[in-house]
Amino acid sequence: MNAANYLYLSALLFTIGAVGVVLRRNAIVVFMCVELMLNAANLSFVTFSRINGDLNGQVVAFFTMVVAACEVVVGLAIIVTIYRSRRSASVDDASLLKR
Amino acid sequence: MNELALQVGQTASPEAMLFWILAPLTLAAALGMLLVKKAVHSAILMAFVMVALAVFYIAQGAPFLGIVQIVVYTGAVMMLFLFILMLVGVDSSDSLTETIRGLRPIAITAALGFGGLMVSLLGRATLGRGAVGVEEANAGGNVQGIAQLLFSTFVWPFEVVSALLITAALGAMVLAHHQRIQERPTQRQLSISRFRGDSLATAAGLPAPGVFARHNAVDVPALLPDGTAAAASINASLKARGDVLDSSRFELGTVDTSIEEEK
Repeated sequence: MNAANYLYLSALLFTIGAVGVVLRRNAIVVFMCVELMLNAANLSFVTFSRINGDLNGQVVAFFTMVVAACEVVVGLAIIVTIYRSRRSASVDDASLLKR
Repeated sequence: MNELALQVGQTASPEAMLFWILAPLTLAAALGMLLVKKAVHSAILMAFVMVALAVFYIAQGAPFLGIVQIVVYTGAVMMLFLFILMLVGVDSSDSLTETIRGLRPIAITAALGFGGLMVSLLGRATLGRGAVGVEEANAGGNVQGIAQLLFSTFVWPFEVVSALLITAALGAMVLAHHQRIQERPTQRQLSISRFRGDSLATAAGLPAPGVFARHNAVDVPALLPDGTAAAASINASLKARGDVLDSSRFELGTVDTSIEEEK
């Protein structure tokens, strides 16, 4: 089993997540796509940890998970706040700075 | 590992089998996340991707991260997502029409370019040596190895991350705290506004749902004297969900009024 296959999978997952962030307009789905990108990065950290034979990559992936959890907590709170004032979770509707 | 090229078919280890079964499913679920319309379905597919990644972590000699992935992501984060979806409204499906003209082809082209670049880069990269594998690093136990690193080399980032967690929790509390700008109206004020409003049409309350003596469920709009359905008699969220029955079925004229076998 070639460990590089995990890297390919990680790259593809990251790409899919990036497309999702650009294309989807529901803020929650955009958020899930950001999570997907973070997870893809984690997968490559774990794979590189295996390729290099030390656990540093796994520790970094662990930190990424913590930061992702923080990001989800704050981001979802922002989404709820926006939804409360605008009655919509679409990222296109929150465009007050444009005008 | 000397050349990082895709080696399909020549691997037959259990891990390879796991990978070639689970990786396409993961990719399909991730793609489905993009394509499905409802946010809830996206969340379910996302949970599948998370669990699959946890399996990959465990297969790669990172059992601690695999368990943490399941506990934190599929447990806490996806729960939070579903909870917020419930608050914001399950029916908040995206309209998949594009608002910025030409965004979709540009995004897809850029993604194909980026993905192709990444894959071809990985395919051409060489390491000069094979993959070492974490068996040696995991010799004293994976959790023990990670703890060793976490509390020696990474102890400062670890402390900083704890500060980050506390800040995030505080931030979420501040953002979610809802301060009332006006005072809550009292019963008396509500009553006055009902009778001094523009019209007295709803002064006695909104019409009750149900067709008189035929069907009294809340999802059946009341019938007005002229036979039309009274829209105001149905809860707005039922209407938004589309869970409203057609009340004309229970109209008296269309009902069989022969009553002999009822007795």
